Formats: sequence, C-alpha cells, structure tokens
Amino acid sequence: MTILLAACAAGLFAVGTYLVLQRKLSRIIVGLGLLTHGANLLLIGSGRRGNPPIIGFSDVGSFSDPLPQALALTAIVISFAVTTLLLALAYRSWMLTQDDEVEDDIGDRDVARASVLEEEIHDQETAMTDGVLDPAP
Amino acid sequence: MTPVVAILALFGLTGVLLIAFGERLGRSSLLAATVAPAVSALWVCLRLPDVLAGPVVSEHLSWVGGLGLAVDLRLDGMAATMTLIVSGIGVLILVYAYSYFDADTADLGRLAGLLVLFAGAMVGLVQADHLLLLYSCWEITSVTSYLLIGNTHTDANARAAALHALLVTSTGGLAMLGGFVLLGHVAGTYRLSELAAGAPPTAGAAITAALGLILLGAFTKSAQYPFHAWLPGAMAAPTPVSAYLHSATMVKAGVYLIARLAPIFAAAAVWRPTVLAVGVFTLVAGGLRALRQHDLKLLLAFGTVSQLGLMVVLFGVGTPAATAAGWMLLVAHALFKAALFMVVGVLDRQTGTRDIRELPALGERWRPVEIVSAVSAASMAGLPLAAGFIAKESAYGSLMDASFSASDAVLVAVVGGSMLTAAYAARFHWGAFISPRRRARTGSPAPAPSVLFTAPLACLGVLTVLLGAVPSVAGRLATAAVQSLDSAAGTVHLALWHGLNAPLALSGITLTGGTVLALANRRTQRVLAFGGTVPRADSAYLGLLHALGATARRVTAVVQNGSLPVYAGVILTTAAVLPAVALLRSLDWPGWPAVGEPGDVPLAVLLILAALGAATTRRRFSAAVFLGAAGYAMAAFFVAYGAPDLALTQIVVETLSTVVFVLVLRRLPERFERQSSVRRRVLRFAIAGVVGATVFVFAIVAVGNRTTAPASEEMVARSVPDGHGRNVVNVILVDFRGFDTLGEITVLAVASIGAVALARVGRRNNSAEPRSRPIEDPGVQRIVFVDVSVHVIFHVVMMASVWLLFAGHNQPGGGFVGGLLAGAAITLNYVAGDIAEVRARSRFRPWTVLGAGLLLAVGTATFPLLTGGAVLDVASRSVELPLLGTVNLTTALAFDAGVYLAVVGVVLMAYEAFGDAASAPAEIAA
Repeated sequence: MTILLAACAAGLFAVGTYLVLQRKLSRIIVGLGLLTHGANLLLIGSGRRGNPPIIGFSDVGSFSDPLPQALALTAIVISFAVTTLLLALAYRSWMLTQDDEVEDDIGDRDVARASVLEEEIHDQETAMTDGVLDPAP
Repeated sequence: MTPVVAILALFGLTGVLLIAFGERLGRSSLLAATVAPAVSALWVCLRLPDVLAGPVVSEHLSWVGGLGLAVDLRLDGMAATMTLIVSGIGVLILVYAYSYFDADTADLGRLAGLLVLFAGAMVGLVQADHLLLLYSCWEITSVTSYLLIGNTHTDANARAAALHALLVTSTGGLAMLGGFVLLGHVAGTYRLSELAAGAPPTAGAAITAALGLILLGAFTKSAQYPFHAWLPGAMAAPTPVSAYLHSATMVKAGVYLIARLAPIFAAAAVWRPTVLAVGVFTLVAGGLRALRQHDLKLLLAFGTVSQLGLMVVLFGVGTPAATAAGWMLLVAHALFKAALFMVVGVLDRQTGTRDIRELPALGERWRPVEIVSAVSAASMAGLPLAAGFIAKESAYGSLMDASFSASDAVLVAVVGGSMLTAAYAARFHWGAFISPRRRARTGSPAPAPSVLFTAPLACLGVLTVLLGAVPSVAGRLATAAVQSLDSAAGTVHLALWHGLNAPLALSGITLTGGTVLALANRRTQRVLAFGGTVPRADSAYLGLLHALGATARRVTAVVQNGSLPVYAGVILTTAAVLPAVALLRSLDWPGWPAVGEPGDVPLAVLLILAALGAATTRRRFSAAVFLGAAGYAMAAFFVAYGAPDLALTQIVVETLSTVVFVLVLRRLPERFERQSSVRRRVLRFAIAGVVGATVFVFAIVAVGNRTTAPASEEMVARSVPDGHGRNVVNVILVDFRGFDTLGEITVLAVASIGAVALARVGRRNNSAEPRSRPIEDPGVQRIVFVDVSVHVIFHVVMMASVWLLFAGHNQPGGGFVGGLLAGAAITLNYVAGDIAEVRARSRFRPWTVLGAGLLLAVGTATFPLLTGGAVLDVASRSVELPLLGTVNLTTALAFDAGVYLAVVGVVLMAYEAFGDAASAPAEIAA
C-alpha cells in the first residue's frame, strides 16, 4: 500500500459516499460503482505488487499477491450483477413515475405516526378491568 | 444415550408428535400424553433407593465443548422430589383433563402436546446441574406457559393474560440469565453442584448484582409482589393447565432456584433482607386479596401467590430446619392446591359456575369431591392430620430457632399470614359446598362427576391425609432432599406429635385467628374493602406498557423515517466512525509507506478526475461514461500491479455495464433537475469527508501492521501439484476458494432474476412473445454493413471467449472473463438487431443458460462426494484437442464452464430485462 493508492481509495470512497447519499437512483448506482472501485483498490493494495502470479511466467518470488486478486475479481463481477439489479429498480421506477427519484417510504412514515400498538394495549386494558378486578364487597 | 436424556427426548418427541398429529386422536391424545410423565415417574421411583442412600446419580453430555456448555444432569433428593411432583401430578392432570374437556373440543392434541413439552422442560429444569441448561429449560416453560394460557386464542382476555405472563416471566428470565453469567464468571463454574461444594464469594459488587438479577428472575416466575399480577390473570387458561402449571409446578421454579442458592448465599448481605421482605409481603398481601374473591379460581390463584411467598421465606432463610419446613410445604402445597384447582374445575364444568354467590346445592353423590375439598382445604389451613399441618409446625419451629436479625418479626408475619390462609381456606370450602345448601334449589340438580373425573383428585386427597397422618413415610426423602440442598443438614424428623410446645401453640393461635376472620366475614370484608384504594401492580404494568409503546413509536419515527438518504447516511457514518474510534484508541502507527510509483500518478489523476466528473455532471449519460472511465483507469492500475486477470475482467465488465446503463438511461430524463438545499449538501460533504479520511488511515494502518505471512504463499506453492493449474488466481477461484465462487454465481443468478422480474413485472404478453423474430422483420431498421460485420465478429469473439475459458487455468482468463466476453459478443447482436436478434442467436432462454451454469458448477463441486471424496476435489487428465492443442482437462474446468455459463446467463438476462424497446409506461398501464 502506497500513500498514492490509499489516497485514491479514500477519494473514491468519499465521492462514492457523496453520491450514495442522494435521492436519484442513477446517482446512487454510480456512487456504488465508485465505492466498489475503492474497495477493490484497498484489496489489491493490501497485497504485494509484482509480476502476474502465473507459474512459469516468472520467478515465484516476484509474484504479486494472488489472493486479493481473486477476491477483487469476485467483487467486480458481483458489482456488475448488483448494478443490473439497481438499474432494474430505476427502470421500474421510471415505468411507474417517469423518474428515478427514491421517495420517502410511505409505509415507514405510517408506522411512525400510526398506532399499531394501541390495539394490543387496549386488549390488555380490557382484560385487566373485567378480568381480575376485586369485586365490590 | 443416558436414561435421563432418553426420557427428556421422549417428552420432546411425544410433545411434538401430539402437536402435529394429536388432532386425529381427539380427546385420547390427553391419555396418550401420559406416557412420558409416567415413564419419568417410574424411572425416579426405580432410582429412589440410590438417591436415598446418598450418592448422587449424575449424567454428563458435552453440548458445545468449546464454550464449556454441557448437558449436566443430576438426580439428587431435591431433584427427585420435584421430578416426582412434576411427573406424578402431570399424569393425574392429564387423566383429569380427559374428563374435563368435551370430546369435541378443538385443538386438544395441541394442548396435550404443549403440556408434555412443558413437563419435559420442567423435568430438565429440576435435574439440570448447569446454570445455562437450567435457564434454557426455564425459558421453555415460560413459552409453553404462554401458549397454554392463551389456549383459547379467540378470547382477547386470554391473549392479553398470556402476553402479560410472557412479558413478566421472560423479562425476569433475561435478568436471571445475566445474573447466571455474572455468577458463573465470578465463581468460576456454572455447575450448581460445584457452587454448593466450593465456597464461592458472597460479598462484592459482582456477586450482589448477580444475586439481585437471579432473584428478579425467581420472583417473577414465582409471582412475588410486585410482579405477581400475571398469575391471577393466567387463570384465563383451562383449569387443568392452571392446576398444573400455575399452582403445582411452574410457579415453583423460582422457589426451587431460591432453595438451591439459599444455603450457599444466605450469608450475602443482599440475600436475606430481599428474600424475606418480598416473601413476607407477598404472603400477607396475597392472603388479603384471596379473602376478597368470589371466584373460587381467583381465590386459589391469590392463595397460590400467598403460599409461594411463604415458600420463598422458608427456603430463603437458608438454615437446614427452615429448608426442611420449606420442603414439606412445597410437597404439601403441590398436593392440596392441585386438588383444590381440580375441585373448582369439576364444579365449573358440572354446574356452569365457580362463583360462591351462585353455586347450587349439591347432592349426595358429590360427597367424594366434597371430602377431597375438605381434606385439601384443611391441609391448606394447617389442620392436624393433613400434610399442611406438618409443614406449618416445622415452619414455626425453624423460625423460632433461627437467629438472624428480625427473625421474630418474620415469625409474627408468618403467623399472621397463616391466619389469612386458614381464613380463605375456610371461605373456599364453605363457599363451595356448605353455604349453597341454604339456597333454594332451582331447576334440576347438577350432575355428579364421573369416577374417572374424580379419581385424580381423590388420589391427591389420599396422599394429603397419608402425609399428614404418617409423615414419617416421607422422612427419608425429606432428609435426602434437604441434605442435597445443604450438606450441613442432619436427618429430618417428620412427626405428627412433637409434644406440647411453642409451635403447637402458634398453630392453635393461627387456627383460632383464621376461624375468627372467617366467621366475622361481613366485617372482614368491610375492612378489606379499603385495600381497593391501594394502587395495584396491574396499573403499573399497564403504565409501563403504554410507556413502552410510546417510546417504541418515537424511536421508530427517528430511526425508521422512510428516507433512503438518511438510512444510507446513518449506515455509512457508523461504518466510518466506529472503526475510526477503535483505530484511534489503540493506534499503532506503522509509519508512512512509500509515496508510490511515478508511473501510477497519471492513472491516479485520471481515476480521481473521472470520479469527480461522475459526481458533478448534471447529465445521466455523462455520469455513466465517467464511471466507465474510472473503471478503465482501474484496469490500468491492475495491469501495473501485476493482475492481468483482474484487468481483463474489469475491462469487459466496464464495457457491458456501460451498455446496460445506456439501455436504462435512455428512458430516463437526460438531466438531474432538482438541486437539494445547501444544508443537505454540506451534510453530505461532511459524511463523505469522514468516510474518506477513515478509509485513508485504515488503509495505511491495516496494511502496515501485517504480522503474518500472506496466506497466498501456500496457495502459490500448492497451485500446480494440488490444483493442476499454473494461473494461481484462477486456481484459487475454482479450487482453493471454490465455495466462494459457488456462492458468488448464486448471487449473480439471484440478482439477475430479480432484475428481470422487476423490469418485466406487469407485462402481460409475456408468453405470447415469439421466441425469435425473423431477421427480415421490417419492424427493425437494419444496416447491411453492421449486419455483416457483426456476423463475422460475433463468431470470432465467441471463439475467443471459449479459448479464455480453456486457457484460464494456466494463463490469464477463466470462466468469468470468458463468460463476460461472450456477453460482449451478445451485445454486438443487440446492436445489429435489437432483442429479437439476441433471442434468435441464443438457442436457449436466458434462465435456462443461467440455471444450467449453476447446475454444472454445483454438480461438479459435489460430484466427488459420490466417489468418497470431498467437495471440490479436483481430478485431472491431459487430452489432445483439435485447434486447442494439448489441454489438461480437469474437473476444475467443468466447474469453470459452469461459471462461464452462469455469467453468459446474467448478460442475457440483462438484455431480457431492459432490451425490449416496446415497454413504454403507457403500455404497462394498459
């Protein structure tokens, strides 16, 4: 890991974070792509730099670290699939609203306001008042 | 399998079977349920000689060895007593329940199964020698109790009572778990027997806290004030359940725990004041409430609360004599209280009421029930010749001899509480059988219960008299039980007649006082009515419940406000700040690493510029293109770092991503319109800055502090001999870490299925779509030059992709890259002729390709299992192939081919999702 590489990763993370915090899905998707790049840089940077780790191609001692490469390779392909899925969300959003803005979840707002617990507590109250009251003498 | 474990398994098995299939047996499921408790009781009887002789029968079964968790069971005197009560009364209750319920009552199999499960948990609880095993059983009894109280789940009262019981007992249970862990940590053992044998510390903040928490659990379970209110509420359960769980067994779990711990911790400063104060208060307050009830079942419930208070007092004192008295009361109470509950059940069922103001006069044939009621009530009151008398005599004797501070006050309170007990015992029997005789008979007399219905309570009545008249029969078991609790204890002498002494005098006072209270019923009631003005625990519980609900709502409103940016902000800030704090607290600065290779600088500049461009542009397309540029810069980085596989993959992925972006973005507005407020942008900047800074420091500190050699050195060494491949990255993917890859392509499959489902949802003409459209279809504009070029290039690219797959094991390449390149070839098709061309080219549907790839990979991975190998074992053979030359065919290649197909499937799915031009919103709406 060099300072340059760390700085690049940090920069990608910062810009990616900035984009993920928005409401437009396309921006969020681009942001996630940048975050993936940053993460892959971190992975690669954690290993040694060197020649391609292909036996017979060069001396084993000069190899770059193959394990982070395998991990990053996986990450790259996964991020492609995730991008596709998120784009499908944007596509769906466009079909419904002609835009890719993520609105606030109405259900969550209702939960915050509404009285889902009221009924349960009401049950308890009824039970207490007509169940276990000491009778009048 | 050891005998006790086998018996516990029998409980569990019959319980589950009855819940699942008991409905077919109907009422007989209750009789089938008696098997497990009967076996358990029989087994204890067979082992009783061993237990009485002294040595403890114990069993050990390792559970989670690494955590020191074990199933430690032991059958000593106390455990044998409790097991006999649980199993014996269990059998009687189940037989009784057979007559109690109508043949057509619904869900009897479930009820029987739950009762058996409960009984098994209770047996496990009393035989557990390990605190954590005891806790597990404790919670199972709470849950089964919850389900049994709420048995009539259509009744809101029953549901509420069940929830009340669950909330109180499981909160206590959690506190108790905390106490157990603390205790186990401080004392160095989780085994009760080792705690009793060793001398664990009795002073110190940790022990005080541990004992406080454990007592909280015991008090909630045994319905002590101020947590008692759930027990009267639990009377919503069917009477057999109340008789079993809420008088004879489960509520004694707390008492049992106190009995186990008292001899060890009675010296602790927190123990006696807490236990005695709570117990005495519960004894008196419960008795007062019981005296006011008209509902016989509620009268008994408050009586149980009161008697549990007395048991807590007796066991809590911690002297051998008091423990012996507690043992006697525990046994006597189990007998008389279960019998009295059964009497109420019989009355309720045969007459339709259990209110002492409405019960009708009963005929001669009710005599057996009346006698059992009289005997049991006498035992409760403490009349001579009944078991309760022996218990009360021992209690008075032990408290008079005890020498702890305020023991006299406790004695006075116990005598007072026992007067109340005698009074409500009289109220019970009088109200149930004697006072109704004065009433005018109306209608036909209530039918007398059948012999089978009466038999279980008669058994209990006989035992009460036997223990009361000839208490010495239980002498040896009492001795064994008390000695198992307190090794300092001597022989326990149980006798009816101790001579004219002070305890006898106190008994006399108690009975006289009780009689006076009962006879002066009208005045007593008038005085007791003042009790109604005292605030009750019920209202405190309701208040807590309201506060909990309000808090939950407020917390939900804050943390789940429905805004995605807020969620993402909270997650990212947490993810950045927590590690940063941890890093700073124990910062081990490795020193600055090298600045970097000069050749990297242009790449870094390009990368950051592309990222900034993606963030600042106002056009969607530009953002996607900038992202692609960043990806190509990454690929260049990979090349410089010595990672050709990564570079290849990144380039192809970036190309494909850009295409998919374009497919979707063509629908969306060109520009981002709305600009958010300055405040939000500043906040975003701040979070982004924090995240970036944390990543920077983390990267340098984490990598600079490497202490062990990289794991990959071994992988490089084993790549050729074990993996049969020279490209180490590929060998890692398909062999060393093949499970990861398997998981990954599953993720790919799931994500792309999700994408297709989302994009195509609501499209009705799905099945009507032609599998392929003729290329001459005039609907698509075609350009001859593009057509021809694509036709030529397509095959070349496909060949290259297959070559990459085959070569990948030894050179850069592999299934991922190959599959992605094939995806690029498909993209060419799309460019030439839209989705129709893609469909025409691919002989199989996208999901078929995807599924085939997954199947191939999973099949190859698991195939070695058939030949006795391990998952992902690799076999290899060299083959001469035309065009490709000598190819070392390994099973890893088949696995990689699966990966290849899966990736091709993902790309095809992406076109299936977004490639269709004819999916305008208008059409969807139609």
